Amino acid sequence: MRPAFVPAAVADLPWGMLAIVFALAGAGILGLYSAAGGSLFPWALMHAARFTVFLGVAFFLSRFRMQTFHDLAWLGYAGCIVLLILTLMLGVIGGGARSWLELGFLRLQPSELMKVSIVIVLARFYSHIPPREIRRWSAIWPVALFLAPPIGLILLQPDLGTTMLIVLNTIALMFLAGLPLRLFIGSGVAVGAALPLVYNFLLLPHQQERVLIFLNPEADPLGSGYHLTQSKIAIGSGGIFGKGFLNGTQSHLHYLPEQHTDFIFSAIAEEWGLVGGVVLIALFFLLLKWGMGVALDAKGKFERLVAAGLALTIFFYIAINLMMVMGLAPVVGIPLPLVSYGGSAMLTVMICLGLLMSIDRQNRAERSRR
Amino acid sequence: MTRRSRPIVTENNQVYTFTRRALVLGGAQGVLAAALAGRMGWIAVHENERWKLQSESNRVQMRLIPPRRGWIVDRAGLPIAINRSDFRVDLIPDRLKDPERILAELTRLLDLPLDEVERVKEELARAAGYQPVPVAENLPYEKYAAVTVRLPELPGVAPLRSFSRFYPDGAAVAHLVGYVGTPNKQEYEKENKLPLLITPGFKIGKEGLEKTMEQRLRGKPGAQRVEVTAGGTLVRELSTLQDVSGSPLPLTVDAGLQTFAARRLGDESGSVVVLDCLTGDILCLASMPAYDPNNFTDGISQNEWKMLSQDERKPLLNKALNGLYPPGSTFKPMVAMALLQAGIDPKARVNCPGGFQLGNRFFRCLGRHGPMNMHTAIAKSCNTYFYAMGRRAGIDIISAMGKRLGFGQKFDLPVVSQNYGTMPSAPWKKARYEKSAKLVERPDWTESDTLNTSIGQGFVIVNPLQLAVMSGRIASGLDIQPRILRTKHPAPQPLPFPKEHFEAVRGGMWEVVNGAGTAGRSRLELPGIEMGGKTGTAQVRRITGSQRGQSGAWKYRDHGLFVCFAPTANPRYACSVVIEHGMGGSRAAAPVAKDVLTFLFDKEKAMASLTAFEQQWGGTMAERMEARAQRWLAAKAAGTAAPNGEEAR
Repeated sequence: MRPAFVPAAVADLPWGMLAIVFALAGAGILGLYSAAGGSLFPWALMHAARFTVFLGVAFFLSRFRMQTFHDLAWLGYAGCIVLLILTLMLGVIGGGARSWLELGFLRLQPSELMKVSIVIVLARFYSHIPPREIRRWSAIWPVALFLAPPIGLILLQPDLGTTMLIVLNTIALMFLAGLPLRLFIGSGVAVGAALPLVYNFLLLPHQQERVLIFLNPEADPLGSGYHLTQSKIAIGSGGIFGKGFLNGTQSHLHYLPEQHTDFIFSAIAEEWGLVGGVVLIALFFLLLKWGMGVALDAKGKFERLVAAGLALTIFFYIAINLMMVMGLAPVVGIPLPLVSYGGSAMLTVMICLGLLMSIDRQNRAERSRR
Repeated sequence: MTRRSRPIVTENNQVYTFTRRALVLGGAQGVLAAALAGRMGWIAVHENERWKLQSESNRVQMRLIPPRRGWIVDRAGLPIAINRSDFRVDLIPDRLKDPERILAELTRLLDLPLDEVERVKEELARAAGYQPVPVAENLPYEKYAAVTVRLPELPGVAPLRSFSRFYPDGAAVAHLVGYVGTPNKQEYEKENKLPLLITPGFKIGKEGLEKTMEQRLRGKPGAQRVEVTAGGTLVRELSTLQDVSGSPLPLTVDAGLQTFAARRLGDESGSVVVLDCLTGDILCLASMPAYDPNNFTDGISQNEWKMLSQDERKPLLNKALNGLYPPGSTFKPMVAMALLQAGIDPKARVNCPGGFQLGNRFFRCLGRHGPMNMHTAIAKSCNTYFYAMGRRAGIDIISAMGKRLGFGQKFDLPVVSQNYGTMPSAPWKKARYEKSAKLVERPDWTESDTLNTSIGQGFVIVNPLQLAVMSGRIASGLDIQPRILRTKHPAPQPLPFPKEHFEAVRGGMWEVVNGAGTAGRSRLELPGIEMGGKTGTAQVRRITGSQRGQSGAWKYRDHGLFVCFAPTANPRYACSVVIEHGMGGSRAAAPVAKDVLTFLFDKEKAMASLTAFEQQWGGTMAERMEARAQRWLAAKAAGTAAPNGEEAR
């Protein structure tokens, strides 16, 4: 099958998925090169370097068996809690929140690591619940118990976006673990009904304003709606084929804010047009399809849940970021995985991919054994 | 799943549930991906036009290039108002962040004096967001450059290379051309918020010709399409449409004469008007004291404004057009024309016993002149002759002649305002006083009114331009209309009066200066050139007893007036001089007229005389204005009442 000179470890890699990951990171490097006005500095080269290092981390993680992660789940969880506490004590303040630990090489955002840790812990928890217990109350309350500390610590930073991602991810995992459907439908209806009340009685005025501006960004084009409007201008003015590489005016003249991080999709779409944007969306979809495929193929309950949970972690990043830049979600600081400049999100995604690769390897081993 | 009260969950159907739910989530991901692609297509294709436009309007800014203002030049093409290249710094309130810090920084960079900083702060507080607030003008290049290099840290600061208005002759042309300034809110709104008006560095005419000829002087703005960053930094110029500068405005004025006349007035408060009596061209329209229009260009300080508006010599008033005076005896040449028109023989004699008895009232003359005919009566300025003959001619014919020779008339001139005074007549008095009879003894015209009018007193008030026009019309016999813009116009037609009438009156006026007249000391010292004239002394208040307004406080002294023309042999120039509170026409006004006319024929001689005067007065006009300002400031600081011209004499 394979040429003899290729070692098994290399040949066994999921090359299709890796091609997608390389393409996405490449798009990121090109976008960052252009955002810097046609320069490798300060972003593009660093992005490439981080990608290389973190890909190494992913390969490294993929060599472990899932049993190892299963056994170390609580240790990792405890480690992340410690890091979160350290962040609150020593962290760097940026964008009004204390969410980073300055490590020199990268600014580590422990809340990102916590996302992965929560998935593993949840998967482990549900994999140990006997099937007949899954519809019981005892399948729910412990989750609240070990979700509370990290969420509390992250809200203290305060980082609403990450909190939201963790909660969404948890709900999705509970759904996959087999909790009764009526719970989800029922609480969905309840939340829907409660939204107006929450808006009127719980949200502070500046939060209400954020929601209003999300609903109608043009009402305040120079104030809080600025990000949204400029992002739509960038995407909309790109048209079908875009303004051409290095020709984006919205990004080069700095009308588009955060063009190297949260709004990099808009910057790329301005230069590469609808075609470029749809290719990116398709790449992300294929990556997620691969991840969900790994989950469906997995034999063990723990592996299944971990794989699906990690794929969903990546999904929520992508979904919320893309909805935000297209004006379908409020502006929350969530980067586009692999493409946006920034170390922590990329590290998280690479850890996810590393674990997914590990499960994938296990799946293939199972298959060949049969 | 079948509905049961408690479904039995086994390992197998848990896998089944997971698979199904994972497929649902995977499907949801697919749906979302499609939705995002659709949304993107909607924005990028369907709404493409709209966002493209917005992207362009983000990227491209139109910048107006203010047009260079048209020059104002004199009859020989010499500059009266020109543009100087100028480095300036403005603040745009809209873009200003942290004004305290930026103003402090600018103060340091530009060495702004304290009261300028105060002015900028005040104007910032008042300015609407779009209106640029000038910080400093006429900056040396180094300071301008110091601001330019720090621009990224100074949002809202706009350094600019522009042109500013410059009047080489300063105060001498102030009332003639006016001045320019930054448009205010009313002016901006009046022009339908024309964007040009709020372009930094753009000025509009605020006074005088600068104001009335604004549209012609303004020119057409140019435009520059530039690419700018979100921070407002210019990236590159895309295209430029050059501005069209305003076309030059040639005046009939002789700049040299204008300046000479203004200087010759010295510290007096008064005016000099010189006309070309063949064409009506205004050669000189000087009014002093005046302000320096250059100081107004970049806004004047409160102190400066206070000093100007409180001065009792009214430097802000254009006395040549807006000063109104009883003409006194300068009226008599016109009255003489009326007498001739009434058929009175110029040789007819009236005996002057020192006055004229009308009923029980005695109208005084200045002397006992004995037998007088028209010629000698003009020369000696004998009131008795004019009382008697004026009464014989009647007010109707005098009033008609007055109007025909320019009194009570408003001329067709591009000026901000002219006060045209009163040429009284019987219907005028009736209309004016019938309703408010208390003001005068009786509303109908009386013979004593006629007598007063005949010597240029009573109801008559005129402005200096009208005096010059009368003088010019008598000198040439042409119906000249004063004009200030050098444009094509029909040649003036002769007035419908016999030549001999004009010659008789001109003969009397010749005698005034060159014979046994009232202005003998002011004859021209030029070979073969003589002038004819008429002195006048106008009372400021009623004569009480023997006091004739020849002494006492400055503001109660008589005005000195003089009208003249030259050369008598072949009249070319007509002139009027009014010296407020100068005490007498022959004493104050005629010597000025003599020097001004001399200048027209022999510049060197006139300048020599002026230089001598200026040494005597204590320096040039600019130096004296400066000294005056210093004295005013010192007096203000000392807390005394604002000083006036009294100690400046």
